[in-house]
Amino acid sequence: MSAHAEDHAVDHHDDHGHHHKETFVTKYIFSQDHKMISKQYLITGLFMGIIGIAMSLLFRLQLAWPDKEFTIYEVLLGKWGEGGVMDPSVYLALVTIHGTIMVFFVLTAGLSGTFSNLLIPLQIGARDMASGFLNMISYWLFFLSSIIMVLSLFVEAGPASAGWTIYPPLSALPQAIPGSGAGMTLWLVSMAIFIASSLLGSLNYIVTVINLRTKGMSMTRLPLTIWAFFITAVIGVVSFPVLLSAALMLIMDRSFGTSFFLSDIYIAGEVLHNQGGSPVLFEHLFWFLGHPEVYIVLLPALGITSEVIATNARKPIFGYRAMVASILAIAFLSTIVWGHHMFISGMNPFLGSVFTFTTLLIAIPSAVKAFNYITTLWKGNLQLNPAMLFSIGLVSTFITGGLTGILLGDSALDINVHDTYFVVAHFHLVMGISALYGLFAGVYHWFPKMFESRMMNKNLGYVHFWVTAIGAYGVFFPMHFIGMAGLPRRYYTNTAFPYFDDLTDVNVVITIFAFIAGAAQLVFLYNFIHSMFYGKKGPQNPWKSTTLEWTAPIKHIHGNWDGPIPHVYRWAYDYSKLNKDESDYVIPGQDYTPQTLPLQDNEEEMHH
Amino acid sequence: MTAFLVVLVLILFGVAVWQMGKIFQLSKVKGEGEHQVASEKDNNINGYLMLMFVVFIYVICIVSFWKWGKVMLPESASEHGVGIDQLWLISMIIIFIVGIITQWLLHYFAFKYRGKKGLRATFYADNDKLEFIWTIIPVIVLAGLIIYGLFTWTDIMNIDTEDDPLVVELYAYQFDWRARYGGDDNTLGEANVRLIEGVNQLGVDASDPNAQDDIIVNELHLPVGRKILFKMRSQDVLHSAYMPHFRAQMNCVPGMITQFAFTPTKTTLEMRESEEIVNKVKRINEIRRENSVALVAAGDEALEPYEFDYLLLCNKICGNTHYNMQMKIIVETQEEYDAWIAEQATLAQTLAQ
Repeated sequence: MSAHAEDHAVDHHDDHGHHHKETFVTKYIFSQDHKMISKQYLITGLFMGIIGIAMSLLFRLQLAWPDKEFTIYEVLLGKWGEGGVMDPSVYLALVTIHGTIMVFFVLTAGLSGTFSNLLIPLQIGARDMASGFLNMISYWLFFLSSIIMVLSLFVEAGPASAGWTIYPPLSALPQAIPGSGAGMTLWLVSMAIFIASSLLGSLNYIVTVINLRTKGMSMTRLPLTIWAFFITAVIGVVSFPVLLSAALMLIMDRSFGTSFFLSDIYIAGEVLHNQGGSPVLFEHLFWFLGHPEVYIVLLPALGITSEVIATNARKPIFGYRAMVASILAIAFLSTIVWGHHMFISGMNPFLGSVFTFTTLLIAIPSAVKAFNYITTLWKGNLQLNPAMLFSIGLVSTFITGGLTGILLGDSALDINVHDTYFVVAHFHLVMGISALYGLFAGVYHWFPKMFESRMMNKNLGYVHFWVTAIGAYGVFFPMHFIGMAGLPRRYYTNTAFPYFDDLTDVNVVITIFAFIAGAAQLVFLYNFIHSMFYGKKGPQNPWKSTTLEWTAPIKHIHGNWDGPIPHVYRWAYDYSKLNKDESDYVIPGQDYTPQTLPLQDNEEEMHH
Repeated sequence: MTAFLVVLVLILFGVAVWQMGKIFQLSKVKGEGEHQVASEKDNNINGYLMLMFVVFIYVICIVSFWKWGKVMLPESASEHGVGIDQLWLISMIIIFIVGIITQWLLHYFAFKYRGKKGLRATFYADNDKLEFIWTIIPVIVLAGLIIYGLFTWTDIMNIDTEDDPLVVELYAYQFDWRARYGGDDNTLGEANVRLIEGVNQLGVDASDPNAQDDIIVNELHLPVGRKILFKMRSQDVLHSAYMPHFRAQMNCVPGMITQFAFTPTKTTLEMRESEEIVNKVKRINEIRRENSVALVAAGDEALEPYEFDYLLLCNKICGNTHYNMQMKIIVETQEEYDAWIAEQATLAQTLAQ
């Protein structure tokens, strides 16, 4: 295997002298270089993120002050915000598109797409992805799907508004809600393209990790980032096709008169011909992707966190093998827990019991991961860089959100909080905020790698983290309470129920925190864009990291290393490893031992 | 109240910004790239902030409970709900203990081991015993919760029809509810959306003998202490019949009949007199009075005072007016219920008109 990698390396290397005349188009647009593609993913993802977060701020405004008029609605929403009053249909459209954009476009493509592309070749010692061409296609399909999703916002009858889970019949029938017309068609087309993009990307990641590791880079020496990206790609390949089939069937039901999901419907004064389908089937298909999707979003964030925490704690990650085993266990279990979204969907209660069992099992590897992170901090020499703060923040929100998952995964308890704000608070903490923190940690940590040694401003980074951290808990902690008060999600206003009048306060507090946290993201944006052009150049290995990407030259070249590919002699976590007589580090005066350094005479061999 | 909260939040925000400003100033020297790596000073400040942050988490937790603990749902008004609440409480206690300890350790370690020059991190790569311990503890705790949860779940969902439950159909459509009682024979007539016509809004099969005495109403009346078996149906899209006070919820799915059963234990009147509800209604009416002042000043009508009633809400996104798809539930004594149902017209009577 490694011999093969070398051949590949040599081929590429020989090529160097010849075709280096890259035009603007091949370098910046239709680039096949993984480093450029990763930047394209990141910037597209951030752009979509701005739209997604802005939407959430708009509907938070509506939820806190449903009776007030805001001109901003008229400015941004046009005919759906006339006179400063938000239209109920656009409220539903906003929550739907917010969910879709954040889950798929920001946290799947923006997170996994960016860092899998950047780090897989660089950290395993490969010249590029197995197929640079497919990689390019993958990005451009993602770009196309983003464009279609954004265009769908401008459709006459409004964008998709049946919730990001697009349960039929609501999503299938334009008579049921206007957004299920052209808006929904565009949503489905966009997602179908997105899935194609994701599959091409994932296959590429899997092949690259399996085949192109440099000499000495055994699977047990891989940094945990790579393990996480690898397994994420596997889950994606297993589950995304199922969503595609669901989307195709829904397209058939909508446009070609089939009845996969429709039966016995009387709407707008007439009976539809559809007979024999079941919306519950759609729920099964949707969540067969939908639940693994949570881990597709989360695992890369956890991988990034493992790497960032170990580097900045100047300690090996605690329990490397347990971490890998947890990733594998989570990946396996994630594909057999989907039914916990459907306890009260009308499926057989016995199935509910099975899914409760598997769901609570998944808490075990998750708990192991959390404990291992905490132990990694213990007796470390923590360098509290912004990336490290975001990683610690991730562990914190992962614990908080994970714990409420124990309540929701219990079918008996789910009955009463299903589809309330308790669920909203839970999943935002455990997958939304945690994964976003992972994204930020990754950006702060690998920014110098992406932008040729330019560093992001740390002080702005600190402001960004602390305000975001306070804002995130400020938004989602109180949200559990309105859920426990029985308030359903996706209500345009709660004023139709005097019973909920005493929750207005809480909603106001949540919205204020949301705006504070939103403002902090502007600090990040400024820092990101400014540092891209004017960031101060740091050293080649600013965080004193052991992994291969920091041995690559600062200047981006096609093929990553200008000499031969470095070989690897040890795992990625020899931080603060001492020599045999414990008088100093393995390399005197340097608290990290790069993976490229052969085993020294003065050190003991660990089993890695 | 709101003003107080806003001020509180603004103060907290102000403190945060002030702290940030301090960090900013403290470390605002020279401009080379290396200086963008955390210095010992940064480690120090952020270490302390970590410690403050865990306190912030505890404080927001306590403040939330203190301020909003009272908005949570009142004691369960159904038999099985007591079991759910019990399980909820036990699970909550467990997750709070775990949460408080792990958050403390995480942030305290971040503070305690903040980087200093010359400090040497301990090379500590694994420890099988430790890992075994923290694998096995969650296993045991979760096994307990799973078993407890499954017993509760099976008790609720396995409906024993030998108790002779009162059969009621909940019929959902955009954007309202109807309830259909089986009538004297306690058996619902067959129905299908294809039979919807004129006053026969629910598509009940008029030729079915069981359907003749069916009673269709738009207010749900339930006798206290008797098991009710709900059969849910939907006319158009997915809806969810959510009755939070009874800890009951089930989706209404077009093309199939779903079911849920519970026994109400408190009449509406008893509930209105319970201390929790009395206080809640008082609070809500205060808020409504305050809001009315502004409304009246603007020339609108004042809000009506609120009185507690059990609710059936739609809890599955179903269209533009999803937020206002509700039905009143009245739980009353058997006698009151009998008197009420006797006054309602049967399907045969309605169709004959």
